[in-house]
Amino acid sequence: MSNWIKTQNNEKIDLNSIPTLEIKVLREEIIKLCKLNMRPIGFFGKDWGDNTTKLFVVLADDNNGILYVSSSIFEFPANNYESLTPEIPCFHIFEREFYEDFNIKPLNHPWLKPLRKNQDNYQFFKMEGEEVHEVAVGPIHAGVIEPGHFRFMCNGETVYHLEIMLGYQHRGVENLMLERPSNQLAESISGDSVIAYNLAYSQVMESLKGISVSNKAQLIRKLALEMERVAIHIGDLGAIAGDIAYLMGASVFGATRTLVINTMLEFSGNRFGRGLFTIGGVNFDIDDEKIKRAEKIFEKVECDAKRMVKTMLKNSTVISRLEKTGTISTEKAKEIGLVGMAARAAGLNLDSRFDFKDKWIEELKIEPVQIKGTGDVNARFKLRYKEILQSFSIIRKIFARLKECTNEPVNCGYEALNKENSKDSFAISIVEGWRGEIVHIAMTDEKGNLTRYKIKDPSFNNWYGLALAVRNNGVSDFPLCNKSFNLSYSGNDL
Amino acid sequence: MFDTLKARIYQGNQFIKDIENAPIREQFRGLPILKDANCDNCSKCMNICPTGALKLNPLSIDMGKCTFCGACKNICSRNAINFSNFYKLASTSRENLIADERTTKESYEKTAVEVKKEITSMFSKSLKLRQVSAGGCNGCEMELNACSNVNFDMGRFGIDFVASPRHADGIVITGPITKNMAYALEDCYLAVPEPKIIILCGACAISGGIFQNSTEIDRSFLLKHPIDLYVPGCPVHPLTFINAILSYVRNKK
Repeated sequence: MSNWIKTQNNEKIDLNSIPTLEIKVLREEIIKLCKLNMRPIGFFGKDWGDNTTKLFVVLADDNNGILYVSSSIFEFPANNYESLTPEIPCFHIFEREFYEDFNIKPLNHPWLKPLRKNQDNYQFFKMEGEEVHEVAVGPIHAGVIEPGHFRFMCNGETVYHLEIMLGYQHRGVENLMLERPSNQLAESISGDSVIAYNLAYSQVMESLKGISVSNKAQLIRKLALEMERVAIHIGDLGAIAGDIAYLMGASVFGATRTLVINTMLEFSGNRFGRGLFTIGGVNFDIDDEKIKRAEKIFEKVECDAKRMVKTMLKNSTVISRLEKTGTISTEKAKEIGLVGMAARAAGLNLDSRFDFKDKWIEELKIEPVQIKGTGDVNARFKLRYKEILQSFSIIRKIFARLKECTNEPVNCGYEALNKENSKDSFAISIVEGWRGEIVHIAMTDEKGNLTRYKIKDPSFNNWYGLALAVRNNGVSDFPLCNKSFNLSYSGNDL
Repeated sequence: MFDTLKARIYQGNQFIKDIENAPIREQFRGLPILKDANCDNCSKCMNICPTGALKLNPLSIDMGKCTFCGACKNICSRNAINFSNFYKLASTSRENLIADERTTKESYEKTAVEVKKEITSMFSKSLKLRQVSAGGCNGCEMELNACSNVNFDMGRFGIDFVASPRHADGIVITGPITKNMAYALEDCYLAVPEPKIIILCGACAISGGIFQNSTEIDRSFLLKHPIDLYVPGCPVHPLTFINAILSYVRNKK
């Protein structure tokens, strides 16, 4: 396959080895591969000098854990191409982003509305009729959450369609990454996935700099990633309970989450694990005493979570609110390219922890969670619960392994930060955060400077899934649907 | 029913009784303790600081910019920089946030928050706040949510987050204030009835933090309106936030 170059997660390739195809050929190739069960994880431009733009495409073959990369070049005055979205709908948002950033128009795109900028020109879907009314919410919401605008087209209480307009959080992260890349900036892209983002950044930079990380540091990173998953999932179970006015659940899960993030504070000096990772390893060692204390706390947390979930699911009024609310079918999920936890709850088998080669998943013998993917709030609730239990089993295995590698260094010192990047390189890192896959792609020029840093949050794919999930539900069920997805505004807006 | 009761009894009382003297783990990075005498001006710390919070000659850390990441402490070979676990970091003046060699827990606590009579007379028993996230990464937002959970239970002091700015006595801003949120923020502030206060929460809100050099932010709102309280942190710890408000609105002595 000379039209594509194959690569793997956390692997560096030569930028010049990426094939450059005619856009028409590339389009045919993409359609061909997507019909073979591959999906886009990167579709972005880069300014290529002299009025030209290069389009990079990264497709993931999840069944075999391989990534395919190719590219095409647009020379002025060429500024359009035939849209992929009518053939493969999950490209809709990638093409909107590419158009907004580089002004290269996908022809016959069904709905080319702004993504992050130009919100004044947003083309809202309009519905007309005597009984139809609109409910507009945001950008500032009732709760303490990030800003975004939601517009519901309703008939009485029933939502026909939801339009989501984002972009309020746009901070220009990708450009800042080129000016001054740092672990601290990576942590602040989405503050609820501090660990996952920092891990993706660290891994992509380690691939570029050619740094290898000690076993102990790798284990601590995995541990932190699972702790983040547990903490957020427990917090969200509480938030779902709160949204159906089951206050007992909200209180208990809230207090249980505190135990997990306070353990993180003990490990890293911050409740969300900020400052824990650095390029080349981690900043803090975890000794036996800390492990012992954490084991005890996690035992209690697991027991509390189990008890509360069981009590909650015995309650018929709880079940009636969760079941068949905010449903998204497996076919729909696949069509629009849902990823992560929301995709798994809808019956798709997609988890980058298992799909891409990972030494520790094999060595620690970790099995994916099995669930009946009905795609409703109930499925997402139960999946989160099962993932909490799975994460605890992973954490226990990691603790056991950590005790064995006591004398290893946990980082490569601060010289690692200043090590030069490889020249003319391209590296991809995919990390399964609690929400789904976080993709970081970095490119360097002939001097080794970063010239493009592309970030894809799982929310980027999934916001549209939320819009489809609330159709034919009551307006009052929206908070519940929203919390069951709990998507990131800042991760989408960057 | 019985299961619910059992779960309730098993949980016991989770709230922190004495929130003003609540213990916190020693690993928490709070007020910086600096030793200028140990510093040899190698400027490694200055180069690694992601937000430019550090200054040399004399050594100082601007907590309004600091993300409390601890990178400076880790890189310093002469033990000139340390972070204590003191969490009452809030101040009513921007200058006060700059910690230098003379800054100690006691000295900081004494001078940080200036209590004003007109504030305590109005808000000491009840303060309702509207939170506006203007580019906040969801870190500060989650911690502000945690202020209202069963552990910290801010509501018992009469402090709450409300849904409408019309019901609020002030706004709490998180995030560096993006261009796209500047209008909504201004609108929200205008909707709050007088008298009203503004609280800046987190390094991003106070100084732009890690996003200070972004071309996508617009901080002109802060130049137009007086700021009442600065609460540093990245993100702000719930104990920092609750104690900040208590020391600002409550009339002690």
